[in-house]
Amino acid sequence: MQRILAIETSCDETAAAVIDEGRHVLSNVVASQETIHAAYGGVFPEVASRQHILTIIPVVEEALTKANVGWRDLAALAVTYGPGLAGSLLVGVNTAKALALARHLPLVGVNHLEGHIYANWLRVPPNEAKEDPRFPVVCLIVSGGHTDLILMTGHGEFRSLGSTLDDAAGEAFDKVARMLDLGYPGGPAIQKAAQSGDPKAVSLPRAWLPGTYGFSFSGLKTSVLRLTREYAARGEKVPVADVAAAFQTAVVDVLVTKTLQAADEYDATEVLLAGGVAANTALRAAITEQSDRPVRYPPIWLCTDNAAMIGAAGYFAWQGGRRSGWGLDVVPSLALA
Amino acid sequence: MDVPSTPNVQTQHTVMSHSREETTALGEALGRRLQAGDVVVLRGTLGAGKTVLTQGIGRGLGVREAVISPTFTLLREYYSGRLPLYHVDAYRLAGPAEAHTFGLDEYLYGDGVTVVEWGERVEPLLPPDRLEIELVYGARGERQITLTAAGLHYAELLRGLDLPTPPTSSQIGDEEAR
Repeated sequence: MQRILAIETSCDETAAAVIDEGRHVLSNVVASQETIHAAYGGVFPEVASRQHILTIIPVVEEALTKANVGWRDLAALAVTYGPGLAGSLLVGVNTAKALALARHLPLVGVNHLEGHIYANWLRVPPNEAKEDPRFPVVCLIVSGGHTDLILMTGHGEFRSLGSTLDDAAGEAFDKVARMLDLGYPGGPAIQKAAQSGDPKAVSLPRAWLPGTYGFSFSGLKTSVLRLTREYAARGEKVPVADVAAAFQTAVVDVLVTKTLQAADEYDATEVLLAGGVAANTALRAAITEQSDRPVRYPPIWLCTDNAAMIGAAGYFAWQGGRRSGWGLDVVPSLALA
Repeated sequence: MDVPSTPNVQTQHTVMSHSREETTALGEALGRRLQAGDVVVLRGTLGAGKTVLTQGIGRGLGVREAVISPTFTLLREYYSGRLPLYHVDAYRLAGPAEAHTFGLDEYLYGDGVTVVEWGERVEPLLPPDRLEIELVYGARGERQITLTAAGLHYAELLRGLDLPTPPTSSQIGDEEAR
């Protein structure tokens, strides 16, 4: 029994979880600020950190209560120290430091992206019979702030194969949703609108960036803008569902093709999806259908930001000897590899 | 850098860009001439080319890594060029008070070049002398790019760019009427 209490506050979710042996979710508490930020069409950092301060202690207490464990049952404390919003990260890191110091627990700083990948190690329900992913794996991390293709050859061994050269995939979803007046967050809004749309009704470009594993979504965003302007200039209504479907298909096409190319090149045993955009059903369906290798992705509630994944990553890092000192500081643009 | 401050003098140039490459090239030319402490404020709707222009500025400064969207982290810092490049997206800053806690002024009055997107959100914090660039998306995908230099230092900088259109000068009093 090696239980880790994990804390995650990198963006707009205040989260704490208790994880046993890096795989079993004993509790997973997420206080979402989504409704607070929806009014602004995005996360407002100052509002976010104020909310974190208000909710962090109740969220930690609830995580312990739900897991039915006390402080003495814990082996270590894991916390996200980057990447993310500085003010938000600070609340989690300082809380974790104070708790670790007071309770004499080792502290393990975790990279948020590492956490997203390790969501694929979690068992849901806690005693679910499931094998760990076998290395090497190719993992696509897609979220509001990231689009990274990672080769993972062992625990803690990450190599970045490519990432976005401009906007993150999730950011493109948010911005296009804003252009189409679909609201925030953009991912679920576009997915819903796309359901009744025909992706072939309008044509949108794909940035393939051949010979690299880099991504670019800014040109696609601009094409959607141009399209909406053209409809407006002709006095026509924008076919929102068709544009949403065409946009989603364009993003999914590029993500899936490049990820599977990388899986072939590095002869991956498995392909993993991670991050908020991994909740997108079109992405999941397309990659599963097109891949010759097993594809694994977490359930939706472990794709979006949560602390359970930080507990999983923290456990394997702790096993590997990682210890963070009291000088642990936030790193807003922390890279994985 | 003891250029006397004359914020009431504005110099304006308008150029047309017909492609991503032209916008990048304009940014690059600017990037080669920018100096420590310079502030560039970008205006324009989503997709107008603010990030593309900033990528050009990065190239002109000699930044080696990819200049990517600062939307998620609000700020991205690049140190691999001739001068540090600070790229700020103020869209999600609730106002000047928040920008202050976030330390925006330390970047604005620092040792690098600061590029601010959605600068209108933090207007009171911006130095009176600065380069404002507005990108307007045209009917056929072309961009009308208007560069407004406030203060002599930036007027000099624009003159050095050798832009095709002759400059139009105005007094700050005209600003309200625009």
